Amino acid sequence: MIRFTHVSKLYPKGGPALDDVSFHVNRGEFVFLTGPSGAGKSTILKLVYVDQRPSQGEVRIAGQSSVTLTGSAVPKLRRRLGVVFQDFRLLEDRTAEQNVAFALEVIGTPQDAIGPKVARVLTQVGLAGKATALPHELSGGEQQRVAIARALVNDPLVLLADEPTGNLDDRATRGIFQLLRDINATGTAVLMATHDLATVRANPYRTLEMNRGKLVYDSASEHPAAADEFDAPVPDASETPQ
Amino acid sequence: MNLAVREALRAFQRAPMLSLLSITTIAFSLFAFGLFGLVYLNLRDALAQVEERVEIRGFVAEGTSAEATSAAVGDIAAFPEVASVRYVSDVQALERARRELGEFEDVFEAGILPASIEVRLREGQRDPESVRSVARRLEFYDFIDDIRYGEEWVEKLYKIRNIATAVGLSLGVIFAIVAIIIIGSTIRMAVLARSREIHIMRLVGATNGFIRAPFLVEGFLKGVLGGLLALVLTYFTFEFVGQYVVEATYFGSGLAVLGVLAGALIGLLGSAVSVGRHLRRV
Repeated sequence: MIRFTHVSKLYPKGGPALDDVSFHVNRGEFVFLTGPSGAGKSTILKLVYVDQRPSQGEVRIAGQSSVTLTGSAVPKLRRRLGVVFQDFRLLEDRTAEQNVAFALEVIGTPQDAIGPKVARVLTQVGLAGKATALPHELSGGEQQRVAIARALVNDPLVLLADEPTGNLDDRATRGIFQLLRDINATGTAVLMATHDLATVRANPYRTLEMNRGKLVYDSASEHPAAADEFDAPVPDASETPQ
Repeated sequence: MNLAVREALRAFQRAPMLSLLSITTIAFSLFAFGLFGLVYLNLRDALAQVEERVEIRGFVAEGTSAEATSAAVGDIAAFPEVASVRYVSDVQALERARRELGEFEDVFEAGILPASIEVRLREGQRDPESVRSVARRLEFYDFIDDIRYGEEWVEKLYKIRNIATAVGLSLGVIFAIVAIIIIGSTIRMAVLARSREIHIMRLVGATNGFIRAPFLVEGFLKGVLGGLLALVLTYFTFEFVGQYVVEATYFGSGLAVLGVLAGALIGLLGSAVSVGRHLRRV
């Protein structure tokens, strides 16, 4: 579903952020992306949600190629991805449910469909009782749950998480990680960048380790390759009747 | 669109001080431009009034027949530059002199002032060259003794008018540029204050048009409100000046509407440019 083929990324100022990286992520897979700061983890995520384009090579996401993807097609692709960050990135003047609803409103979801979707996803992340709380009234873990709810509300194929527990204490970290596992269990792929080695070691998921822009370790390559289904076009959920 | 308006109003509501600041900045920028416009407008009117008095007088020799002069008046009226021609008899000239210079009434006697043909030129034909050319053609009539048109005065007036136009236009352009820069940066500030919204909208897959819409609505509203406020400010200034300093003319309704529209347009464009920077293509 996500495939990097000999991808390099050079920033105009500074050296290569990614250097000939190839890997793929299957539907429904849970993948850790580890490595020290500046290793290229965030760059990989940015290439997936098309905040940036590769300097060389090809990134394929849900059947779309970075080589042929036009600028106007980017928003549509992003609607099939969910992204969460270390710093939550919530709108401070809006309640939890308004923050989640915002993601639906700005892509033109009909007004009457928004309420039920928001309620469902807030329940899923365990915040049904705090729908009307403003971000500053919530703990860090709860704010990250709102951000995850916002990322999930469009039923993404993959959830991209950039150090989602980086700002949280141990307890909240465990809670958020368990939530990500639950989300993964419903069939959503999760690509999680983290340098929390304890969490990585304690879980049996596939790990991609980055160092200085290179992919230095892929735990999957120690196992027989999984059936490669990445290139089959994934049906667009927003176009098929549910 | 509904969402765009709602989000725009939300921005006003959420940051009332910032919004008020933008509107006031827009208002004062347009106010300065408007004041300058008023000064220019009134100066131009005043000059136009003076210009209307540009007149060529041909003094008619004594004993010229009425037929000859009226034929000449008809001819001259047909010149393309000429707006009106009037024959002033010696009797009328004397009456006018007495009326205009009452205190010297007894100095004037019949016969002291000659009859004359007075020629006024059309607007746009009052430059020294045209005046001179018409004056030269009057010389062809034998019965015209002398021709006066205040040559130096016409040249000076024309120079002043040219200078006023050039200074007016360049100052106008400078004022407009300053207004646009100030308004543009105020709006940019408002957009920057909401960069997080823009970021999130991009992230969840809002199209660029959808992201732009609320900002355009906001910029437009601020422009209109700023423009209206500027209009009110210039009007009060105008009233004050009219009452205590000098009678003046105010903008016509067309110009007033145009001013508010200019504010709206600057608001709209400023927002479009500022948001555009956030929407760099990938």
